[in-house]
Amino acid sequence: RETSNTAGGGTGHALPVRTPRFSSCFGVVMGTSVKYSSRGPALIPRMKSKHRIYYITLFSVVLLGLIATGMFQFWPHSIESSAEWTVDRRSVHDAPLTLAVACTPALICALNLLLQVYIYPLQRFVDDVGVPISSTGLSREYNDLLSAISDSDFYTDDVTRACLFVPSIDVLNQNSLRIRETAQALATLPRWDKGMNHLLFNMLPGGPPDYNTALDVPRDRALLAGGGFSTWTYRQGYDVSIPVYSPLSDEVDLPERQPGPRRYFILSSQTAIHREYRVELERLKEENGEALLLLDKCSNLSQDMASARKRCYKAINMSLLTVLGARLGQATLSDVLQAGCVPVIMADSYILPFSEVLDWKRASVVIPEEKLPEMYMILKSIPPRQVEEMQRQARWFWEAYFRSMRAIGLTTLQIINDRIYPYAACTYEHWNNPPVVKWSSVNSPLFLPLIPPRSPGFTAVVLTYDRVESLFRVITEIAKVPSLAKLLVVWNNQNKSPPEESLWPKIAVPLKVVRTKENKLSNRFFPFDEIETEAVLAIDDDIIMLTSDELQFGYEVWREFPDRLVGYPGRLHLWDHEMGKWKYESEWTNEVSMVLTGAAFYHKYFNYLYTYKMPGDIKNWVDAHMNCEDIAMNFLVANITGKAPIKVTPRKKFKCPECTAIDGLSLDQTHMVERSECINKFASVFGTMPLKVVEHRADPVLYKDDFPEKLKSFPNIGSL
Amino acid sequence: MQAKKRYLLVSAGACALLLAYAWTLRVAELHTRLPQGPVLPAPPPLRSYLEGAEHEEDGPLLLHQHTSPRERRDVHRNMYKSRRCRMETCFDFSRCRHAFRVYVHPPARGEATSEGYRKVLAAIEESRYRTRDPAEACLFVLGVDTLDRDRLSPQYVPDAGGRIRALPLWNEGRNHLVFNLYSGTWPDYAEDLGFDAGHAMLAKASADAGNFRPGFDVSIPLFPREHPLKGGGRGRLTTNDVPPARRYLLVFKGKRYLTGIGSETRNALHHVHNGDDVILLTTCRHGKDWEKHKDGRCDRDNEEYGKFDYQELLHNSTFCLVPRGRRLGSFRFLEALQAACIPVLLSNGWELPFSEVIDWNKAAIIGDERLLLQIPSITRSVGADRILALRQQTQLLWDSYFSSVSKIVLTTLEIIQDRIHTHMSRSKLMWNTLPGGLYALPQFSTEPTLFPFYYGLLGIAPQQGFTAVIQAVTSLQSPLQPILKLIIAVAKSKFCAQIVVLWNCDKASPHQSKWPSVPVPFTVVEGRRKTMSGRFFPHDVIRTDAVLSLDEDSVLSTNEVDFAFIVWRSFPERVVGYPARSHYWDAGKERWGYTSKWTNEYSMVLTGAAFYHRYGTHMDRGGGGASGQHLANCEDILMNFLVSAVTKLPPIKVTQKKQYKETMMQQGSKSSRWADPDHFAQRQSCTNAFTDWFGFMPLVRSQLRLDPVLFKDQVSILRKKYRDIERL
Repeated sequence: RETSNTAGGGTGHALPVRTPRFSSCFGVVMGTSVKYSSRGPALIPRMKSKHRIYYITLFSVVLLGLIATGMFQFWPHSIESSAEWTVDRRSVHDAPLTLAVACTPALICALNLLLQVYIYPLQRFVDDVGVPISSTGLSREYNDLLSAISDSDFYTDDVTRACLFVPSIDVLNQNSLRIRETAQALATLPRWDKGMNHLLFNMLPGGPPDYNTALDVPRDRALLAGGGFSTWTYRQGYDVSIPVYSPLSDEVDLPERQPGPRRYFILSSQTAIHREYRVELERLKEENGEALLLLDKCSNLSQDMASARKRCYKAINMSLLTVLGARLGQATLSDVLQAGCVPVIMADSYILPFSEVLDWKRASVVIPEEKLPEMYMILKSIPPRQVEEMQRQARWFWEAYFRSMRAIGLTTLQIINDRIYPYAACTYEHWNNPPVVKWSSVNSPLFLPLIPPRSPGFTAVVLTYDRVESLFRVITEIAKVPSLAKLLVVWNNQNKSPPEESLWPKIAVPLKVVRTKENKLSNRFFPFDEIETEAVLAIDDDIIMLTSDELQFGYEVWREFPDRLVGYPGRLHLWDHEMGKWKYESEWTNEVSMVLTGAAFYHKYFNYLYTYKMPGDIKNWVDAHMNCEDIAMNFLVANITGKAPIKVTPRKKFKCPECTAIDGLSLDQTHMVERSECINKFASVFGTMPLKVVEHRADPVLYKDDFPEKLKSFPNIGSL
Repeated sequence: MQAKKRYLLVSAGACALLLAYAWTLRVAELHTRLPQGPVLPAPPPLRSYLEGAEHEEDGPLLLHQHTSPRERRDVHRNMYKSRRCRMETCFDFSRCRHAFRVYVHPPARGEATSEGYRKVLAAIEESRYRTRDPAEACLFVLGVDTLDRDRLSPQYVPDAGGRIRALPLWNEGRNHLVFNLYSGTWPDYAEDLGFDAGHAMLAKASADAGNFRPGFDVSIPLFPREHPLKGGGRGRLTTNDVPPARRYLLVFKGKRYLTGIGSETRNALHHVHNGDDVILLTTCRHGKDWEKHKDGRCDRDNEEYGKFDYQELLHNSTFCLVPRGRRLGSFRFLEALQAACIPVLLSNGWELPFSEVIDWNKAAIIGDERLLLQIPSITRSVGADRILALRQQTQLLWDSYFSSVSKIVLTTLEIIQDRIHTHMSRSKLMWNTLPGGLYALPQFSTEPTLFPFYYGLLGIAPQQGFTAVIQAVTSLQSPLQPILKLIIAVAKSKFCAQIVVLWNCDKASPHQSKWPSVPVPFTVVEGRRKTMSGRFFPHDVIRTDAVLSLDEDSVLSTNEVDFAFIVWRSFPERVVGYPARSHYWDAGKERWGYTSKWTNEYSMVLTGAAFYHRYGTHMDRGGGGASGQHLANCEDILMNFLVSAVTKLPPIKVTQKKQYKETMMQQGSKSSRWADPDHFAQRQSCTNAFTDWFGFMPLVRSQLRLDPVLFKDQVSILRKKYRDIERL
């Protein structure tokens, strides 16, 4: 029967013993109290009653103080107060941050939902004869792990707020544990409660001869983050499969190498392969010669495992063979990934590390053990380009999730966190895309290939200040377009009221006037509730030269490319080599990378993005300069979809005949300089140049074809 | 007062001690705050967790101790049977050495098979995996209907177990796949098939995670009897409205069970119903004697239930509740998916359909039955961006895997195939993004960067070069033959990486010296079949992703080739080419028509001069239906069907000099198939045959053509990059 009443100091068989510094400290205090109590009883009877009360009070105060101090010592105190701990913390701070910050959920994934993890104070457990329950005690790795957790955002020192508890009992390696005693020690943890919400980390489960695939220590309902689960022991959605950490990665520095073919095609670096497999591998080597490299035990027996593995590093190999040893989880996997080799996993029923979130198919080759004889053929059939991609992916997995105990620990917590808050979980792309890919990839918010129906039509949004006459002409022209559903006039002039209702042109579709509070260019992209259709036509109040056919055709083109800007006048950005910066170009060019929003169709979702999700201070810049709102929109759309805009129909003179040169903004020379500046400014805010250059524009199928005009759907295109 | 002094002294001493102690504590704390403090003694270095252990494992002694792998595998096979089956213990991989083939046991004569199971078998029959020879089969499917194993159901097949055991190839169910939709019956609805499935894999609806054998069973969705064999209804999402402008937030309408298993969840729904934007309706009016069990709320519920129309709710709600019924899965799930109504699952322990490959977090909200009351606030907290993404994902999944019985069955087979050919199986990326696992075939590659669909997602650009594949059917006679001009024009393009001539002529291919000398690698491949389809054979010589397919009589200038290639690089997943064709619905004859007339729309681009991505040649052309001999001349139509089915987008026509049509008419020599009067009728019937095979019309129409930016603009021709396109 084992009990242990730590706070009361009762003697149990597995009595926790404090770390040395504290026990000695306690000893001193204890001595005093003993002295006190031995004299006390003898003195009290001789005392006067008034002093008696005084002394008893004093005595109890002192005693209470002592008890309180004692309690403080015994109570699960925060780990930081241990000297040992402090030293390790320092070393952790020096270590480079890896995974991590990439997935600091507080920043990226969560809606303020974060798992709270509590770590039990460091204790050393011994049995009643004083033999520790573990032969190694606290290992370096477990210490690293705990300090990484205590440094992370997951950590809480408030036991009542914690959702997950991590015992400070090191069970990483089952071989160094006394199983029964460890279970007893776990059971003494104050909040153990059959292991509910407790997380154990174990990398080497089982022991000879049968090598179970999960920690043998009875753990009730505790979650197990284990290396080497098999499909039978892994409790899907509950346990977490973790890698077996390779301490070697700390000792050997392997810089990232370019993926590509290397000297050896296949390498087997494990020395503890069963003879049956060894024979098979040697046969393969005989058949295929130099492509295979089998590392054997060194003849010099004084060399240990570590050096054998170091040799593996030096070998320039391409893909690596991991044949099952006695265990499923192998530290070799970590070495393989670090070396940028593709692991070939031949371990039936092995649950790969972090398989819940990592897509191993992109980084490894899994072959059933039975097929070992065909291994060479199978690996040869994989195209080199694929091997290169896998090499890249493998190295990234190592850097992000395998490289340190910190990475392993935090990844485990993140996975558990994602399970608890699935609505705020990290995405597949987040887990699996290397930073380079994350940076260059685009995840278009409108990814479904839909060609929206024609019937809802589009809403025209006309931005105007005070050019009423021109505005009315524009309205009359647009009203002729068959698919126009609604007309919205954004009245940007605060000093002047829009004309009376009776003066507006009579058109067949609803016409709404919205008055704005400030004269801002950004108002034209505001997601007004009045916009009910998906398609929006942004148009200036001086664009009167577009024919109804051209506008209708523009809408048809937008339907085929609903995730792009579809506009009429096209513009280009160019790299000015002399100045070393971007330049805006409005001349007759063969290329297009922007369309002006003086006349452009786009999805109304981009209004929402422009108004609420525009990066940096671009919106303010636009409003302050009264310019470049269209360039900003082009940047935004290209950045989020990775696609170029579509210019429709031939070039026209986009100068309204009536307007004077001063009125038409676009003519001014300073205006051009300012727009070049905009491009440079926006490129620096986006951190990249998202605009895509294309050399095509869209015309009706039969445009300029020798075909009767009256049979064409859009005959009136390109007329001046 | 000696005693008093003594007491004072003692208490003073005690106080001093306490103070001293407190001070030490402070100091200690100080030290912890200043890690660099010199006072701290260095702790003994910690040891690595591996110490001792690794030696042991790799020690020479142990090398001989543990059992040999073969023995271990045998032990596993004996240990992990039936309920604990895994692929490596219960599946015979040696049957699948070659290709993945499925054999269907012939159903017994006169056996009643349910409509659902007939469709399942038909789907397998039509797939490219079916075989009639059990010897070459890797997977076996029962002829006995096992879909409904509810003993109280009229569809229940009695003595299925006996019939299955009697099958000569049953072999304890090894390599068998058993489809099942309903198992167990009232009152406990245990997952009991009523026969011993042994080592057979189960493709099962409403799978319970507790009994589910991961990596061995396949969870399939519950589909209704009317579910179409192929084609299937399209997803209902037509517009991407942001913010979602649907009337309701969360809806449900369905039966409520008053007692027994699975009743709690639906019985509690009324707590969340608010009659405004959360509409959760239940009825007790079902079954024979509902009135016997009815509770206080039944009448009120029934009244409310009648007020709303299910279809209307479904299509006007952002979220749809999918609570468990008697069994874990329910029909509501597929209905919600199709309606682009984001499913909110309340079914603890349900192994979701195809969970092995589908990432459901991207398309559904997975709730917890115990936390029903939180559901409204969870759904309200989902942002507009996420709703937009979730909703599109429901459509993607519906269209890719669930819209027809054929898709459900094929997905099941593909998942199993991926397990067997582990080294060439699709990644999660390929299963969960467009165009889905049934189109991204591992026969082409399993590396996502090689497909054009993932260029954006992975941040890569298409390759710089293309391979021109020229189909030659007439022998070389004069040095003025168009094919020679074509080769020279194409080779001049700076993007041309390689030219391949498919020699499909009866005469032997001419000597090397007869061909023009070109600066790029030039290969002549002897055609195996004298048909057009040889062109789309995935030739190993083609090294680039982009392929320019050409007829020998095509007339193209270098400018045109360059321009089309530049355009293709913007649309690498589509067919980009010159001659366009169109399809139309012939209402009079009730069939599809094919036209080569000039129209304002087109839906096909002929591959006589077109760019496409190499993946197009690796696509599923069906077991025979689509590539039958009489359809051989329609391979280019098939190519358009396939690519449009994958991309759901039209091809792209680019502009060209207006000679193509005329030239072709003049060139109409004996061998030109265009001159054949039967040719047109044949292509018409092809269009209809392909539509039947697909189960729907995949072609999409486009009204636009892509021209160079300055095409026919009134500006000096010297400013234009593609001048030749305008010159006549």
